Amino acid sequence: MSLELNETLQSVVDGLSDKFSDKLIEVYQTSGDTFIRIEADAVVDICLYLKSEHHFIYLSDIIGTDRFTSDERFEVIYNLMNLRTQTRLFVKIRVPEEEPVVNSVTSVWLSAGWNEREVFDMFGIRFEGHPDHRRVFMPEDFDYFPMRKEFPLLGIPGSLELPNTTPDSE
Amino acid sequence: MDLKGINSKVEPQFQELHQRSLYQSLEDKHTTIEEIDSEDPLNAKMILNMGPQHPATHGVLRLVLQLKGETIEKTKLDIGYLHRGVEKIAENKTYQEFMPYTDRMDYLSPYSNNVALCTAVEKIAQVEVPERAHYIRMIGCELARISSHLLWLGTMVMDAGAISFFIWTFREREKIYDIMDQIAGHRFTVSHSRIGGVANDLTEDATALIKEFVDTFPNELSDWHKLLDRNRIFIDRNENAGVLPTEKALEWGATGPVLRASGYAVDQRIISPYLRYDQVDFEVPTRMEGDNLARYFVRMEELGESIKIIRQCLDKIPKGPIRSNNAKHTYPSKDEVYYSMEGMIHDFMMTDTGICPPAGTECYHAVESPKGELGYFIQSDGTGHPWRLKINAPSFKNLQVLENILDGEMVADTVVIIGGMDPVMGEADK
Repeated sequence: MSLELNETLQSVVDGLSDKFSDKLIEVYQTSGDTFIRIEADAVVDICLYLKSEHHFIYLSDIIGTDRFTSDERFEVIYNLMNLRTQTRLFVKIRVPEEEPVVNSVTSVWLSAGWNEREVFDMFGIRFEGHPDHRRVFMPEDFDYFPMRKEFPLLGIPGSLELPNTTPDSE
Repeated sequence: MDLKGINSKVEPQFQELHQRSLYQSLEDKHTTIEEIDSEDPLNAKMILNMGPQHPATHGVLRLVLQLKGETIEKTKLDIGYLHRGVEKIAENKTYQEFMPYTDRMDYLSPYSNNVALCTAVEKIAQVEVPERAHYIRMIGCELARISSHLLWLGTMVMDAGAISFFIWTFREREKIYDIMDQIAGHRFTVSHSRIGGVANDLTEDATALIKEFVDTFPNELSDWHKLLDRNRIFIDRNENAGVLPTEKALEWGATGPVLRASGYAVDQRIISPYLRYDQVDFEVPTRMEGDNLARYFVRMEELGESIKIIRQCLDKIPKGPIRSNNAKHTYPSKDEVYYSMEGMIHDFMMTDTGICPPAGTECYHAVESPKGELGYFIQSDGTGHPWRLKINAPSFKNLQVLENILDGEMVADTVVIIGGMDPVMGEADK
């Protein structure tokens, strides 16, 4: 698939394949947005590089996703913004199901703090080196990660007696 | 009082682990720069819990403040009291079914939320939207912006001590409710936008009401400018309160008017024009000071710019269809549904399955809501339900800024600073 990269993104891709060639997995575009998938252990280095060399100074959002039943079950997507050329870039890493741990990027963008807490709250992905690693929406006493696909839409497992959903059962 | 070990002093009554870790986190904040306070003979230090039921927190925001005398030493915010899990709900609904939930996210400007969702779905599913629908959406969005800023203005000035002002801004909001009633059939949660267009065309009554509002509102606005711009009490209350320095604004992740009041002209309407914002002429007001007064001026000027945009839209709005004619993308019109078999089938299919973006695609689209950049990230697995829908809520980001700028302020200013940040908890808590 051919890529249509503007000047900023082209220089990002060139720079990354030059400096982090073994960490860069793929670059692809979908619906007009550019995604870069990298190795999870290099996320802080690459984010720092993007911020200092390519002026991606604004972290817009951090998105967690659950690729249920796939290998490397979780995905963390960093939504970065270059305000000088007004370019958006998505940096993506994949995290395994067992012990999902990612290095925190709060040292690069302080504003990552709450976003990472939200990803932890919803998916249970831990962020190593986060200064205030707590849940953000759910109370600390809550034992589940509600945005994981196995979490039911109605009720917490074992807490409430739910109404019958099948008409036959008494 | 020795503050080392707040946890030994409190006895949380419910959700003990949560309360304890919150106090612990407050205690741990800035521990590296904390002065040694072994002696506090006047016992001037205390922990103040504010909210979640406090009327000035604009919803269910909870602040835990550590005070020394009247100064806030450090703050922690506790949010999530309005968490409804809308992202989880979205994964179990079709895109159109999810739209009424977006009304209840930022409930002060439902129209912007509807448009944000629809533009994101249109981007991922490549739906064409007719020209007239773009302009109707723009008018709706700008009315929503005015409505949201009016509520901010009323409550913020009320937080600063002037009660009667609140009634004046609400009189104008009432007019916008009436307009929304005419446009969409609902006063508050409008759900007027549809994927591929809007639900129904502007009626003549609606257009007349909008025109009247556009003509009368600038007079009110200039009256308010006269009352507040040089008002000694108002300025004393807001100047240098809650300063967000320019160099910190991006680092702490501010967005919207808060970011623009700190000197960055970041506005999604300019940097990635959606709808037809590239066809209209408007300014992005900015200020350098970053204090509450700067945020006041930015929002007041945005009110004027919104009126300017609505005027241009009313001039430019073309005639034509208001919804895409592709039955695979959007609901057919009610005429077709009631009088033709195909229309009926298509309506059923849209309700049952909905629009199906290609499998494996992802997209992010942001609009400039009254609070800031409101973005929807969608991952599709090819079915009618999103595999993952993430909402990038501006209030969430601005509350993180609030946690940082409250440190060092006077406790009496807390209420004004929250008012100046203008958070909406429905959106921040998702």
